[in-house]
Amino acid sequence: MNQSQNLVYLIALPLFSSALLMLLGRKADKWGHILATSVSAGAFGVGLMEFFAMLGRSEEMRPVTQKLFTWISVGNLQVDASLLLDQLSIAFVLLITGVGTLIHIYSIAYMSHDRDRRRFFAYLNFFIAAMLLLVLGDSYLNLYVGWEGVGLASYLLIGFWNQKPEYATAAKKAFVANRVGDFGLSIAIMIAFANFGNVSFHGIEEKVSGANEAALTAMGLMLLLAAAGKSAQFPLQSWLGDAMAGPTPVSALIHAATMVTAGVYLIARSHFIFDNAPDAQLAVVIIGAITLIFGALIGTAKDDIKKALAASTMSQIGYMILATGFGPAGYAFAIMHLLTHGFFKAGMFLGAGSVMHGMNDEVNMRKYGGLARVMPITAITFGLGYLAIIGVPPFAGFYSKDKIIETAFNAGGTKGILFGCAALLGAVITAFYMTRVMLMTFGGKKRWADDAHPHESPFLMWAPMAVLAIGSVSSGFLLYQGKAIVNWLAPIVDKHHHEHEEFLPATTITLMAISAVVIGVVIAISKYRGELSSEAPSEVSLWTRIARRDLLQDDANEFLFMRPGQRLTNLLVKIDRSVIDGVVRGIGSSAVGSARGLRTLQSGYVRNYALLILIGALLIMLAIWVVTL
Amino acid sequence: MSGSTVIFWLLAPMTVAAALGMLLVKKAVHSAILLAFVMINLAIFYIMQDAAFLGIVQIVVYTGAVMMLFLFILMLVGVDSSDSLVENIKGLRPTAIFTGLALMAVLTSLIARATTGRSVVGLEEANFEGNVQGLARLLFRDYVWAFEVISALLITAALGAMVLAHTEKSPEARLSQRVRSMARFRGASIGTAAGLPGSGVFARHNAVDVPALLPDGKPSDLSISTVLAQRGDVQETKSYALEGLPKIDEEDSK
Amino acid sequence: MNFIYLSAILFVIGAVGVVVRRNAIVVFMCIELMLNAANLAFVTFAHMNGNLEGQVIAFFTMVVAACEVVVGLAIIVTIYRSRRSASVDDASLLSR
Repeated sequence: MNQSQNLVYLIALPLFSSALLMLLGRKADKWGHILATSVSAGAFGVGLMEFFAMLGRSEEMRPVTQKLFTWISVGNLQVDASLLLDQLSIAFVLLITGVGTLIHIYSIAYMSHDRDRRRFFAYLNFFIAAMLLLVLGDSYLNLYVGWEGVGLASYLLIGFWNQKPEYATAAKKAFVANRVGDFGLSIAIMIAFANFGNVSFHGIEEKVSGANEAALTAMGLMLLLAAAGKSAQFPLQSWLGDAMAGPTPVSALIHAATMVTAGVYLIARSHFIFDNAPDAQLAVVIIGAITLIFGALIGTAKDDIKKALAASTMSQIGYMILATGFGPAGYAFAIMHLLTHGFFKAGMFLGAGSVMHGMNDEVNMRKYGGLARVMPITAITFGLGYLAIIGVPPFAGFYSKDKIIETAFNAGGTKGILFGCAALLGAVITAFYMTRVMLMTFGGKKRWADDAHPHESPFLMWAPMAVLAIGSVSSGFLLYQGKAIVNWLAPIVDKHHHEHEEFLPATTITLMAISAVVIGVVIAISKYRGELSSEAPSEVSLWTRIARRDLLQDDANEFLFMRPGQRLTNLLVKIDRSVIDGVVRGIGSSAVGSARGLRTLQSGYVRNYALLILIGALLIMLAIWVVTL
Repeated sequence: MSGSTVIFWLLAPMTVAAALGMLLVKKAVHSAILLAFVMINLAIFYIMQDAAFLGIVQIVVYTGAVMMLFLFILMLVGVDSSDSLVENIKGLRPTAIFTGLALMAVLTSLIARATTGRSVVGLEEANFEGNVQGLARLLFRDYVWAFEVISALLITAALGAMVLAHTEKSPEARLSQRVRSMARFRGASIGTAAGLPGSGVFARHNAVDVPALLPDGKPSDLSISTVLAQRGDVQETKSYALEGLPKIDEEDSK
Repeated sequence: MNFIYLSAILFVIGAVGVVVRRNAIVVFMCIELMLNAANLAFVTFAHMNGNLEGQVIAFFTMVVAACEVVVGLAIIVTIYRSRRSASVDDASLLSR
């Protein structure tokens, strides 16, 4: 394995900048954002450099490592703090630093009125550093450090405006849901150590063929739990909607492009586990399918533009997870969809931010309408992202989503048909609700209040949106050109170069996908073309009500976990007070009581004492009598 | 039926009865007399069992010295003193009696267990040269150390009793006679110089505990000894007051 | 041999008397009774075992009892002088 000296800069630069901005405090307010953005751009530069270097090498020589120091050396457990940059991680590195830098630039203008802008950039840099550590770690333990770091960054950024209690609560909710997933990752690491004696990716990969399947399935399920927590998959998806409480650049960076894709990265990185544990893979596929439908249904009923986009993210990541569940056939397409999704979703979020900026931070789409005339650049970039996500050829989403649907069908048998149809259904609903968003926001007549003055956003805001729009248009084609992405990732995830049989011909599937899109768009246009009220209608069907309530996930969580948890803590408090404190107090009061009883012996009367002596003598006599029996 | 059996069965019930009586009688002096009776019986038992020296010592020391000492102290404290029969500590009497009976039962059973099948050896051989000589041999040869310690104890006890019983002279007693006499004549009234009136003087009674009458018919408390007051034997002095004084001058003028 | 039973009975009577009577001097007399009962037992055992050691012990007991009576009565007299009462119940200052 080649050694490189540069990998550490990827992490160290943003981390150092973040620390500097936090420590200098108000003194850095004037130039903090400039430093942060340049550091992020610098990291992107280093990433590009490594990428071109990697391109020039042969396949076997492409991965590079860098050992920083020996971290844990205890008995059998030897863990080094090392970084690994291979074909899989370089894709993520470029995505994180590239989209990250664009969002840094966007935030300079978006947060220009905020007093705490410097702190925001410090947190953003910290997030970049942690996410890079996550994808560059060469062992599960190193990944875990980054995993926790992005969880922390997410909490800090969601609750950035923590003057509002709801936002702080949303941050806590995100953290707690993440934590449940982190628990799964810890257990997986423990299983790995118990079975393989090693927690690094290469170390486990070497030993995995001899391991027993039960341990691999358990580890796979735990990794799936971790991915579900971080990527907002069923059943841990309830936090993503509330996470929109954070500033829109945060939603774009963390909850669209990068952090929520960490789960997909984890599963792809653990391909050697999942490929040898078919039951775990089935679970992955099921979770992915459930979530993609789930998210799509929620998205149809949301009037808050950010929450609709969040539901869309949930659904698209469901697609990625679904793809990873199909083994070596699907990993490359999951990553491809992840990259294209990064472009168009981030672009749409930035567009939403631009709309909100122009509409005085209004998020309710019922108060929008006809904004295309007033915000043309935003409308165009958002529109290109929209076309990409619903899968219109030749935009990016078409290639990646189509490939995923194809992989699903090619899995064969009932499984293939079932999940393939689920993916198609998801495509229909996606087309439906994204068209709804477009029509409600940019189309139709204006419904905004009289005091709103929508205007186009400044250059620093629409320039990144434009770059991302270019990505939405072209990335799909570029990535799939000559099966580029598949060949690029094959040495990592598909070493044995399986030949994948085709269940249905590829063109059939493509036609089915396109027709699904058309159906969805047509339904949406027919429903939302006309006059729309500026208030959400209350006379709606049961399904709409359920969808508005996030398909009752919050209620289920409350019922299954929160209330029993509260009852348990109440019970424990009661036990603590009555039993444990009761025992302690009981010891005290019994001591006092017995002392009070014994005190009556001290009557002061000599004759009582004499009687006691007599009784004592009697007892001694009795004892002698008993002993000499 | 040997003589010792007869004496035993005659004296033993009396001893027990006397001991019980000592427990039950009200007056303390009666208890002392009964205890003396018990001790004499015990002396007889000692002599019966070839412990002649000890029997005589029991009479001389115990009955003679110790019980007399008891009687002297009783007289000091108050011959009439008696306990009321009402018990003021609740539950003491029944508990004590029950414990006593239980103790007696256990002791009896233990003694029975220990002495069945044992034969009496008798002291003829040990008393070969006489009881006193045998005792002396043991005392001054085998147990001489204990003997010396006991003598030290005796001396200590005598000293201790002297110290405890010693009274300091009261402050007035330390003054010399001359000083006291002068104080008397310089007292508040001439009455302190003349001395206290005797009891019963100018009165209709002659008893020590009847007060004298003053010239105006009132009884004088000074005429009764303070010892009687302390003993609580003094009478109500007011009952001896005269209603009216007899008119001596009128009778003479007639 | 029956003397030992007699000794036990006298001892118990004396013990109960210590507890029951209130006059300090009578309490003392009961203690003397107990000591005498013990002496009787010793002398009987001496007679039973055929050596004079029981009598020696009884002798010592008598001496000790005499000393004890002397000192104890002196104490009672002192207490009587200061408190004017010979009842043991009145000496209850150590109560709560």
